[in-house]
Amino acid sequence: MRFYEYESKALFKRHGLPVGEGGVATSADEAQSLAEKIGCPVVLKSQVLSGGRMKAGAVKFADTPEEAATLFDEIMPIIVNDQKARSVLVESKSPIAQEYYVGVTWDGRRKLPVLIFSDMGGIDIEEVAEKHPEHVSQTHISTLLPFTPRLAKEGIGATGVTGAALNRLTPIVAKLVEIFLEYNLTLAEINPLVRLEDGTFAVLDGHVDMEAEARDKHAALLAELGIGEEETRQARPPTEFEIAGAKVDAADHRGVAGNVVGFDGNLGLVIGAGGGSLTLFDAVRKHGGRPANYCEIGGNPSVTKTCELTKLVLSKPGVEKIAVMMNVVSNTRVDIVARGVIKGCVESGKDPATTIAIFRIPGSWEEEGFKILAKYGVEFCDRTVSMNEAAGRAVAKLQG
Amino acid sequence: MPAMFIAVEVDPKVVADVEAAKQLVEVCPVGIFAQDDSGRLAIVDDNLDECTLCDLCIDAAPAGTVKVVKLYE
Repeated sequence: MRFYEYESKALFKRHGLPVGEGGVATSADEAQSLAEKIGCPVVLKSQVLSGGRMKAGAVKFADTPEEAATLFDEIMPIIVNDQKARSVLVESKSPIAQEYYVGVTWDGRRKLPVLIFSDMGGIDIEEVAEKHPEHVSQTHISTLLPFTPRLAKEGIGATGVTGAALNRLTPIVAKLVEIFLEYNLTLAEINPLVRLEDGTFAVLDGHVDMEAEARDKHAALLAELGIGEEETRQARPPTEFEIAGAKVDAADHRGVAGNVVGFDGNLGLVIGAGGGSLTLFDAVRKHGGRPANYCEIGGNPSVTKTCELTKLVLSKPGVEKIAVMMNVVSNTRVDIVARGVIKGCVESGKDPATTIAIFRIPGSWEEEGFKILAKYGVEFCDRTVSMNEAAGRAVAKLQG
Repeated sequence: MPAMFIAVEVDPKVVADVEAAKQLVEVCPVGIFAQDDSGRLAIVDDNLDECTLCDLCIDAAPAGTVKVVKLYE
């Protein structure tokens, strides 16, 4: 889940990072008052859960409080990457000497957090990494050993930063790593982190993404920041299909049948979690298939829940068949899922035998499940058929 | 929509026995049994397919008075 910039900065400020003076305005009068309080010139920034604000004209500078009020009215209607502004952040405009980039995220290949630092901030870090790799350092961080500022210093120093700048940057960068680890974040980013003309440093822009599953753990922080439980905070607004998927999951406490994400393919997926969903989704694509959706089922969802998810997937325009696949299950019952998907097909007015391209869920109660599938003429397989092969069979049925 | 996978047959004597009906309502983890206003046993058709084949209803009733039928066999 993504934080707005002003929330990210509130989190940073709470931990002593040098965030400039500012506040959030929801009206032109508030923007003017804030500009008067802070002192002009000020910068006004649209608060959206997306980048690209500068290009869209949603970041503007005001030299007087009256101008701040006028610019507020100009910024609020601007749509940035399909997102409407929630509010406008008004901050003091700082005289900048140099811009830096610092970010902490997960390295999926190393399965470790990675600190990324560059002495060329303010622009897209991927572009810097491509054109000026010597200006970007990557420092992996252990999730077992304690983090020490020495690692941050090494990462900063690797880009050629020395002297007072190195000494002043180190505690800021180290603190960002600590925030990342403490709050189960998937991204903590400051871009740019700037050195002002007086030699001090300031956070000019910041972004935070928190692992969605960590929301309960950090409920107090989220409440303090005013982030409501109903806010999904994804990178883009959920589609009607995705909202319907969340409703299916929320309607019944038994198991999981959610995290539905829509794609534009013709093969509906009813696939299992615990890593299985990602593997199966990739396998379908590897075989040339076009998934209509991603989803996660597991934890022994009820027949009704599985049925409703199946109906939802089948209702998606363009879906020709569905593939029902999971890794070997222990706490999810094969027969219950089999009942659910067959019922979902029948209630959608479709023949399970021709609609379900493959049913590959081996494990708990599979004998019972296979009896049900056989009764309805659905092709199924046990654990002797790999997930990859099952995905290939499903794709072949659509292509054949 | 009628149940597709599971049917439950209950002896009429158990259906009419308020205490036995109460016992069945209590033991079923997926709400297949209910009691009507007079306390008689009722089957909740919408929940039949949720049956987990746990046999708790069979154990709770006098022997042979409750049968769980798999419609797919």
